[in-house]
Amino acid sequence: MTAPTCPLTGPQVVDLYFMEHRAKLIDVAAFLDRLDRTVAPGGHADVRVRALLRAIPLLVDGHGDRAQRILELLSDHTTAPIPAAHTQAALGADPATNY
Amino acid sequence: MPYIDPHVHMVSRTTDDYARMAEAGCIAVTEPAFWAGFDRSSPAGFFDYFRQLTETEPKRAARYGIAHYCWLCINPKEAEDIGFAREVISLVPEFLDRPNVLGIGEIGLNKNSRNELVILEEQIALAKRFDRLILVHTPHLEDKLKGTRLIMDALKNAGVDPGRVLIDHVEEHTVAAVLDRGYWAGMTLYPDSKCTPQRAVDIIEQFGNERIWINSAGDWGQSDPLSVPKCHVEMRRRGHGADLVAKISLENPLAFLGQCPGFRPLG
Repeated sequence: MTAPTCPLTGPQVVDLYFMEHRAKLIDVAAFLDRLDRTVAPGGHADVRVRALLRAIPLLVDGHGDRAQRILELLSDHTTAPIPAAHTQAALGADPATNY
Repeated sequence: MPYIDPHVHMVSRTTDDYARMAEAGCIAVTEPAFWAGFDRSSPAGFFDYFRQLTETEPKRAARYGIAHYCWLCINPKEAEDIGFAREVISLVPEFLDRPNVLGIGEIGLNKNSRNELVILEEQIALAKRFDRLILVHTPHLEDKLKGTRLIMDALKNAGVDPGRVLIDHVEEHTVAAVLDRGYWAGMTLYPDSKCTPQRAVDIIEQFGNERIWINSAGDWGQSDPLSVPKCHVEMRRRGHGADLVAKISLENPLAFLGQCPGFRPLG
């Protein structure tokens, strides 16, 4: 049982936040639909999309700490510094993980 | 309600932003040295940047009643070239005694490379040598978890007092380790990455309001210099009182930054 640290009731949280997150959920669906309609394939194989699809089941697995667990799923879990930085940018998912 | 935005890159913002922040209650900002969106071609570019942070921005802020403080360093995105980075680091000491300089920051890691780590360790040593506070940048996205651990290990190996270090850009997967090790934690409010105001309040509700603050990290990218007062609205609409807002955005910044004798935003 997750500790009750939010001062709002369940119905109050739904009233305050449902529409915002309904919109975000539909945005994810539309993003995946958009990938289906591209003039050239390849988007679904991208590590970022594979990571996103791996993360979605965590939303409904019945366990808490969903945000933390999704962030961990998307993270590099190695421990040693890399030999050199060849780019300054991050992807949003670990390119070395087999999602 | 008066508040402090303890991490915002005002060199990238318009004067209108100073005006709007003042209208929203901002009484002080602290501005870490950072990546300008491009790699500077010479250390002289940093010399001019440090002058901008210590001479120009305090005057621009003062026109709106905002106290301006800053942190100096070479940021991790430009730290891969060790020789270049060391030349920049050599410029820092002559600026450290300027009245609005709080310490060394935002140092840290970007891609978690060996050279970035070498330069991080040398800047931690610089902070220790001059007995200055440290503001830490943790990496973006998939690199944050690993980078945060490497940074905390480097700080521990150097024997730095955790109470004099703020580790910024924490999220749900890093905040517990940062607080558990005794460091201060910063949450950055961004529209797409880092924390939204809603998630920042979630984290405060779960991890408490001690040794933690929020900031806008407003810069040249997608960011909002008014995200701190917007997060205050998020606290209030959940039923949190003005005492929590004051704790996160005034009392905590005053407690951490007040360890620097020159930090006196309230006069």
